[in-house]
Amino acid sequence: MKLSYLKKIRVAVSLIFLVATTLVFVDYRNILPEKLISGIVYLQFVPSLLKFINLVSIAVLGFIVVFVLTLLFGRVYCSTICPLGILQDVISWIARKFKKRKKRYYAFSKPHNILWYSLLALSIIVLLFGSVFVVSLLDPYSNFGRIMTYFGKPVVVLANNGISSILEKLDIFSLYPVNLVNIPFWVLVFPVIIGVLVVWLSVTHGRLYCNTVCPVGALLGLLSKVALFRIIIDEEECTQCSLCARVCKASCMNFLQAEVDFSRCVGCYNCLTVCPTNAVKYKSFSPGSSFRSLTGRKGSDDTGTVGGSDEPDLGKRKFVKGSLAYFLGMAGISILQEKPVNQNPTTVPEDKDFPVSPPGSLSLENFNDHCTACTLCISACPTFVLQPSILEYGLTGIMQPHMDYHAGYCNYDCTICADICPTGAILPVALEKKKQVQMGIAKFIQENCIVHTDKTDCGACSEVCPTKSCHMVPYEGTLVIPEVLEKTCVGCGACEFACPTTPYKAIFVNGNAVHQVAEEPVEEELKIQETDDWPF
Amino acid sequence: MKRRDFFRNSIGAGIATGAALHLGGYKRLWATSGSNAAPYDLIAVRGGEPDVMFDRGIEAFGGMKSFVKAGQTVVIKPNIGWDVIPERAADTNPLVVKRIVEQCLAAGARQVYVFDNTIDEMTRCYRNSGIEKAVKDGGGKMVPGHIESYYQEVPIPNGERLKRAKVHELILESDVFINVPVMKTHSSTRLSLAMKNLMGVVWDRRFWHANDLHQCIADFAMFEKKPHLNVLDAYNALMRNGPRGVSTSDVTNMKSMLIATNMVVLDAAAAKMFGHEPETIRYIRRADEMKVGTMNLDNLNIHRIQI
Repeated sequence: MKLSYLKKIRVAVSLIFLVATTLVFVDYRNILPEKLISGIVYLQFVPSLLKFINLVSIAVLGFIVVFVLTLLFGRVYCSTICPLGILQDVISWIARKFKKRKKRYYAFSKPHNILWYSLLALSIIVLLFGSVFVVSLLDPYSNFGRIMTYFGKPVVVLANNGISSILEKLDIFSLYPVNLVNIPFWVLVFPVIIGVLVVWLSVTHGRLYCNTVCPVGALLGLLSKVALFRIIIDEEECTQCSLCARVCKASCMNFLQAEVDFSRCVGCYNCLTVCPTNAVKYKSFSPGSSFRSLTGRKGSDDTGTVGGSDEPDLGKRKFVKGSLAYFLGMAGISILQEKPVNQNPTTVPEDKDFPVSPPGSLSLENFNDHCTACTLCISACPTFVLQPSILEYGLTGIMQPHMDYHAGYCNYDCTICADICPTGAILPVALEKKKQVQMGIAKFIQENCIVHTDKTDCGACSEVCPTKSCHMVPYEGTLVIPEVLEKTCVGCGACEFACPTTPYKAIFVNGNAVHQVAEEPVEEELKIQETDDWPF
Repeated sequence: MKRRDFFRNSIGAGIATGAALHLGGYKRLWATSGSNAAPYDLIAVRGGEPDVMFDRGIEAFGGMKSFVKAGQTVVIKPNIGWDVIPERAADTNPLVVKRIVEQCLAAGARQVYVFDNTIDEMTRCYRNSGIEKAVKDGGGKMVPGHIESYYQEVPIPNGERLKRAKVHELILESDVFINVPVMKTHSSTRLSLAMKNLMGVVWDRRFWHANDLHQCIADFAMFEKKPHLNVLDAYNALMRNGPRGVSTSDVTNMKSMLIATNMVVLDAAAAKMFGHEPETIRYIRRADEMKVGTMNLDNLNIHRIQI
């Protein structure tokens, strides 16, 4: 029975998932509808699991689908749905093209089970203690998201801006340029480490990352040991030609012992395709049969791996340096640059008790406990107000998005982040309700206000307030000065963003640790005297 | 090259403007831009639909052809600052914009561009204001205004506080500049009208807010590239909670429109419609004092149209 069609299906499905998942992160113009985005990331294991824990609802079944798939066929998730896994396949596929023939092949290697299962155990234990911190650092989907948002999207945006500037010369404006927001250095550190690790390991060792670091791989690996269908080597038919091991990215084909470490098998089906005698089989095990693979002996003496002893690659170092310089350079074209515009520098710092978490996140606690910092919302936010935090939420909240009112403000009529958040850190909220979600309350610092310091009208804050909770009241002479009506303030941050004073704003939003419901703005009837006469 | 040409020309024009203003002959200056002099200082239209009011108004003003010549490029600057629906009257009525685009093209314009440096996110403002569709339907081009690189720094020689500003290149490069504000209240400047609408053609508004907003508005009205035509959309007017408004209850259906070549004249007339004396709005008073135009409507030639 030739099973080579399985590989073809795997490649086709995986490319669809990779392209689709990449698109949701680099979609800088919000072209994809929110429902489609949710659909594309529905099967991502960690977000789906977290959302289930949060909602305890049968509406969130993505991770159960993955469980069932794994119990049936092994870790097919890792080769068809996991974007970081597929990305590694693409990288190693490309890298192979540049390798000498000898170095193109993999070989069986010993598992690194202690490290692998320790990281899984650590993730689970920390999660049980209520922190999503370790899971977010290790979750392959979130790591993929961060890599795409911080490295992929800027490339797409720069390409867009290049093409749009050419088209504009031809009087075509449909492909307008897009701003890039400066990403804080400390937020980039971890994605750079994972990115470099993933690229290096996939170039040199196939799927070693997935079988040494990834907790999802470890968990699904444990499940796959009792899967209904498992890949085996039929000792009778095997000629020990080594072809299966040579194409195995997971290095799990111990052909000398006729054993497969199926917990490490990522379900790529390359072995099924190459075996000349069809000794590699995808065999069904009845649930009662002996778990041969569970008792698999430790690997053979063949531990040679591909390209592991290379000298440090200067080209690679140059690339890393270049990338860092590129991101530092991005600060130069950032929209966050704040040139001083007021003549008298302000003196009173904005003193926030709490940072502001996005609308729909209910509370800082709920948000911090469920957000894996996958950056999907950061990428989709049309106003750039969602920015990765450094220490706003404390060290364990690093990279989780917060409402950064120096970068933008929350559009009153927008619920995109809540619509697409896959982990339930931001829960869906109807637009009419969202308009009353009080994420924080604006605080006015009169000592910093232009009207107070310069005795000239300003009102930038009140201008942009969607509820007119920030309104102007008489001050000295004919001047007017802001006043905040806290009950109707939703904490959207438009006032803070618009305030022109530097270095400190004269109005800022103090986060609500638990989101409240703001009162609706009062609507009074307009009293107008109708007249047919012109007043001039 | 094109831009340099513009600067050379505009410096000349600036000198001419300054000289003309000095002689108090600013009305004559505008006459030179069209073939026939604008017959009135102000056109006030009432009682029609937005497009009809513009048609009647511009007809009385000598027709669009006296402002737009065949082969010229036109830039229209409506207020598209807010991500709200047209009924909220925080943005210019899309029907007005559409009809102006159509009229410009009918007059032979080579291309009609429309943009604003929006306050809310640009694509949402363009879409939800209805203006993007209106412009496309009318045959014009919607142009982005959300990136600093579109804006060129220019001097404002007579500005008191605002001495330089980064202005959208379309304003600098287009042959004809049409300013189409919507009539509304404003939380700090009291009213947002023609001069205030020009805050959307510059990049750095924060500087204005931090450096005597009223004076900066008046200063920018001194900039040499002034609107050739100002059309104030008062079909719906935002009577309170401006410039964004909170709900449609802030809006009244005024069914009016003012058209003028001079911004100060237009703003003074609009202020009166709100029940304010023009001199109580400081930027109008400052612009009058700086001789951008007159806020005294008594001796002006005003044409009133009731539909």
